[in-house]
Amino acid sequence: MDPLLSVRNLCVHYAVRHGGRDGVVQAVDGVSFDLAAGETLAIVGESGCGKSSTAYAILGLERATAGTIEFEGKALGNADERGRSGAMQIVSQDPSAALDPRMRVSDSIAEPLAISGVRPILRRARVAELLELVGLPPSSAARYPGELSGGQRQRVVIARALARSPKLLICDEPVSALDVSIRSQILNLFMRMQSELGFASLFISHDLSVVRHVADRVVVMYLGTIVEEGDVSAVFDAPTHPYTEALISAVPIPNPVAQRTRRKIILAGDPPSPIGDRPGCPFMPRCPIQVERCAASRPPLLGVRSTHRVACFVRTAP
Amino acid sequence: MLRVVDLTVTIGGQSVVEGVSLSLGKREILAVVGESGCGKSITALSILGLQPNAARIANGRIEFDGEDLVAMGESRLRVVRGDRISMIFQEPVISLNPLMPVGVQVAEVLRVHRDVSSREAAREAVEMLRLVGIADPERRAGQFPFELSGGMCQRIMIAAALIARPAVLIADEPTTALDVTIQAQILHLLQRLRDEAGTTILLITHDMGVVAEMADRVAVMYGGRIVETASVDAIFAAPAHPYTRLLLATLPGVTTIRRAPLRTIAGNVPGSGEWPDGCRFRTRCPLADGLCRETPLLTRVSAAHRAACWHTDRAAALA
Repeated sequence: MDPLLSVRNLCVHYAVRHGGRDGVVQAVDGVSFDLAAGETLAIVGESGCGKSSTAYAILGLERATAGTIEFEGKALGNADERGRSGAMQIVSQDPSAALDPRMRVSDSIAEPLAISGVRPILRRARVAELLELVGLPPSSAARYPGELSGGQRQRVVIARALARSPKLLICDEPVSALDVSIRSQILNLFMRMQSELGFASLFISHDLSVVRHVADRVVVMYLGTIVEEGDVSAVFDAPTHPYTEALISAVPIPNPVAQRTRRKIILAGDPPSPIGDRPGCPFMPRCPIQVERCAASRPPLLGVRSTHRVACFVRTAP
Repeated sequence: MLRVVDLTVTIGGQSVVEGVSLSLGKREILAVVGESGCGKSITALSILGLQPNAARIANGRIEFDGEDLVAMGESRLRVVRGDRISMIFQEPVISLNPLMPVGVQVAEVLRVHRDVSSREAAREAVEMLRLVGIADPERRAGQFPFELSGGMCQRIMIAAALIARPAVLIADEPTTALDVTIQAQILHLLQRLRDEAGTTILLITHDMGVVAEMADRVAVMYGGRIVETASVDAIFAAPAHPYTRLLLATLPGVTTIRRAPLRTIAGNVPGSGEWPDGCRFRTRCPLADGLCRETPLLTRVSAAHRAACWHTDRAAALA
């Protein structure tokens, strides 16, 4: 089956002036992956790794400087509004910023319908249907975002994103801004919506326990490149890239007895600047298992199992 | 070492912290956990008299070295602050002065509290930067906050908080704004501090993973009150308050079945002013009944374990 979304060698580069010199920020540098219909692919990594830029380039909100993005078999250009509109939607981190504070909930949800020319009477019916779907009472239609809690606002954002029955829902840290006791409500809503409506999802998160719970596959990014990719169970149970290992070991688990005996890898330093050319492996400056050739060229993503690929000379050496 | 006794803080007549008591022993790490608006940060700020202007300490004592910090005047408090007790905050970048080299900011703490020359203070600041894991500290000391990463700024904050060798460090969400590999570095640094310098740490956080990693004891806050307190092992293995129990149960973990619905807590986190009378968790609690209209006091569950709930005997059935 053809994938729903196919990204090949995607690059998002920006020209900047830094320290008085011209430079190029390589926010995304040669990223390729496929996403099947109905599948959930998580992108994990730390700030600056390029996970959000990848998503925004797919949405056409950031300019891809190289590479191709194919959606339902058709190539999407940078300004290709029609190829995207309706079929892909985003749920972002902060529902307070995503909603117009002066618009009633019903108007916010109806807006994408109005833009696509749905008649007012049908819009009203669809809004009522969507509110019920995301578990909000009918009375919330007349409310303003300021009258709702953070969790309720995120439900409104999800309802709006689902209004035109998208085939791809991009979730950018959808629960990070919510209180801990509210997060599981929203995650359950996301999973229920997805099984009922069948959309695919690109799920961006820094919370690995959430990713492990909701995603089918996961892509690990570091400094604009994919360092590891595979089924959730493969990547979490047998992390193979030294960065993935360190990342997973760095997340403290809510179990003090297990946490005391776990092996923890503490990386030195910070990720280097994404400005300028890097001939070698982007992780090399912090890597505990580096060898000489890591400085010379970038390791390719190679299969270590049928559904698991890793970009590391040391770990993929025969 | 440090004791908070029956602290009540009000904002505009509304209590935001109510009857909170905490005690920290030497070399101990006490984690105060809770969600937004539960009063954990106001409690921490009140210890050093740094609560917002609108907030008033209506009742309670904060005992440190045989003195009551609440009764202490601002000028005396200034001497304690940064010297014997110091604090680090969630947002290192906005807590630092953007116009001053970071080394000077760290050295300044020493200049204020000790009779040292500026050259000596600068030298100690560089040593401190080295101690908190900043590579090339001589060069970094001359840089400004905008030239450093978030993780480095947090280390600068920690260096400034520690240079006067305080007995107590209050850390309010010290790693929330940081990436996980940087968080691991900072948590490791705080552990070393406790182990090597014997520093007592009050850690404010909402992250149960950080609690499990760091704490010796835990106090769980909800609605401005402490609802449960116990050793870290007891809190995770046998939480007695329904809120603690459910909060832990909502977290996806290694043992949860993938894609299975997660446990939820009904409703929303109420803001102060929206709290119900009696037990403040009762409107979201599956065990609530008529009894819960009366405020439950913290009562003994086992030797060092207390919970404020009428139904602790039934909490185990929740999850």
